[in-house]
Parts: sequence; C-alpha cells; structure tokens
Amino acid sequence: MKESLTHIFLDAFLINNFVLCVFLGMCSFLGLSGKFATAWRMGVSVMFVITVSGALSFAVNLLLVRFHAEYLRIIVYIVIIAATVQLTEMFIKKVSPALFRELGVYLPLITTNCAVLAVPLFQTSRGYNFVQSTVFSIAASGGYCAALVLLSLVREHVELSDVPSLARGTAMTLVLAAILSLAFMGFGGMGNGG
Amino acid sequence: MSEVSCHTPPTITADSNPFRNGLWRQNPVFVMVLGMCPTLAITNSVRNAVSMGLATTFVMVCSYGLISMIRRLIPKQVRIATYIAVLATAVTVVDYLVKAISIPIYVALGAYIPLIVSNCLTLERAEAYAGKQPVIKSMLDGLGMGFGFTIALTMLGAVREVLGAGTFLGVHLFGANFEPWVLFLLPPGGFISLAMWLLFFAWWKERGAKRELAKAA
Repeated sequence: MKESLTHIFLDAFLINNFVLCVFLGMCSFLGLSGKFATAWRMGVSVMFVITVSGALSFAVNLLLVRFHAEYLRIIVYIVIIAATVQLTEMFIKKVSPALFRELGVYLPLITTNCAVLAVPLFQTSRGYNFVQSTVFSIAASGGYCAALVLLSLVREHVELSDVPSLARGTAMTLVLAAILSLAFMGFGGMGNGG
Repeated sequence: MSEVSCHTPPTITADSNPFRNGLWRQNPVFVMVLGMCPTLAITNSVRNAVSMGLATTFVMVCSYGLISMIRRLIPKQVRIATYIAVLATAVTVVDYLVKAISIPIYVALGAYIPLIVSNCLTLERAEAYAGKQPVIKSMLDGLGMGFGFTIALTMLGAVREVLGAGTFLGVHLFGANFEPWVLFLLPPGGFISLAMWLLFFAWWKERGAKRELAKAA
C-alpha cells in the first residue's frame, strides 16, 4: 500500500464521502439531521467512537490473523464497537455530566450506525497500516460529521419555506440529500491526482 | 419506540398476519424507512438488489428464530448485545454462503453483507418483535419483512437500472440509440429514485383517501 496520507484523507473525507457517496450511516443521517444542535453533537460523538474503535480493531485484527480466526472478524468488530460506545458513555458522564444529558439518547444509537462498523472492515480489506488506519478513521468520520451538519443547516432553512404537503418529511429530506450528493460528486475529479 | 431504532418509525397499526404485515402494511423501506444504507447503495442493478434482499431475509429468518427461542433466557439489560451477537453469527454464515455461490455477486455487494449486522431494520425488528413473540410468528415476521425489503429494493433497482443503463437484468431494452441517464446509477440517483417512490406512494394514498371521502359524501 503506497497511498499517501493526504490522499487517504481527501479520499475518505470528500471524494468517497461516507454518507453522500458510499451510503453509510444513512439512518442517523436522515433521522438526526433535523436540528443543527443535535446534528453536530451526534457527528462529534460518532467521530470519537469511530477513531477509538478503528484503532482498537486494528490491534485486535493482528491477533485474529495471528491465530487464523479471521472468520470471527464481524462478531469481534461489533463487540469492540459496542464496548467503545459503552466506554464513551461512561467517559462523557464522568468528564461532563451536562454534555452527557444532552447526548444521552443518541449515544446507544451509535452502535447500530453502519458507518462505525464499516471503518474497521474497510481498513482491514485495504490493508492499511496503523497510521493510515487512524488517518482513514478520522477522515471518514469527519466526512460523516460534515455531511450531517450540512444537511441539518439546509433542513433548518427548508423548515421555514412552504413545502407541498405530499413531499413533507422523508421525501423532502431525500431530495435535499440528493442535491448535496450531486455537489459532492464534483470532488470526484480530485481522485486522479493522489 | 425502542431504543435501538435510529429514528422513530411512523406508528402504523400492524397487520395481524405477521408475514403480510412486513410485505405491505409496515413495509420496511417505503413505510418504516429503515435499512436505508443497502437500500440506496446496492440498488444500482436489479440483480444486486434481489441478492441483497435475499441475504437479508436469510439473516432475519434464522436469527429471529433463534432470538425468539432464547427470549426468556436473555436478561433485559444485555438483550441488545445478545441480539447483535446472534445477528453477527448469521451474517458470518451468509458472508461465506454468498462467497461460495457467486463471486461476482460477492464482489458487487462488498462491505454491505457484513453491514447487515448494523442494519437498523434487522435490529429494530429483533427488538420490536422477535424478542417478544413465539418462534413461528417471529420467523414469519422475518420472512415477511425480508420479502418486503426485497420487493422494495427490486422496485428501486428496476427504476435505476432501466433509466441509468437502459437494461433490465442485463437485457437491453431501448436499442442502440438510447443515451443512458448515468446519474441514476450514481449516488444522487439513489436518493432521487427513493424520494420519487415515496412521493408516488404518498400521492396514491392521498388519492385513495379523497375517493373514500367523495364516496362517503
């Protein structure tokens, strides 16, 4: 693997944005993007969980390969993620009870966010080393956070306008997401330089 | 509703028949809006859509049977972790199964097979149904939900394949002069086609309600 770190970062953050181009973490993207305040908090906590669980699963994968137990990968990764979410919850509770109260409801949901499971799976299948994996986790989760925040800002504006009654709700959100995704396709051209 | 669900699905009264319920009344994609990641990512051709739907159905039927069997043994606090462990086991089986059946499909579905574990649909139904109901009913629910999911994926895949590539199941439909609408194969096309289907169903429902009203008046 001779990909440069800058290329990995740009690729995961913009060119193959996890939400808008690879369709990961769709449920929370559509469900939690109604308000900017919720969106960025969710985005930041997902970033934290992805970075920690990405590093942990890199280490555990070395063990799995050592003992020829690759078939356990999916189960082990999901357990790592569940544990990381639990740890994050305890950590935030200890450090900042105020933030914990605000985030409380959303924290357990991170376990069922497919973007979180996808990061360790992708870094394993692409054979990244530790530094590359960490850069990849940060970039991918940053891309998730950015997409969530962007959509929430657009949706807050659409709230104020007169949407036809048929299109209210999910259909409108999907159209907005389509336009955002169209805009992100423009970054595709950057891929060739890396 | 349940704490595992990523967002609150609309409250629609369930059909008494668990199989028919998933197929139409509480269709996972068009009504509940669950399991969005594979719905949008894998539907760029009909073949991929059908295989993804069947893989998910298999996982749901097997794991719901097991979850329902052990539902009285699971302590309430660790039920979600248990569901995830059961699901992950079934998914590992499917992962190897698809690899053994067809390598091209395995490559096309890629990371989305392992991701069935964290598909909100599979967990949501485990929590809402299989953890509380007897074995046969839970498996029927899994089968109905799985087929409902497959149908929805196929409908989406058909629109995207016909408009985006001018083919259906790989067969060319429009002759050589057709200029494919490539946008529909790309990510934005997924969002747009799902939005169009949702709009179509909303319009259909409203039309039906209006007719009922006209009949009553």
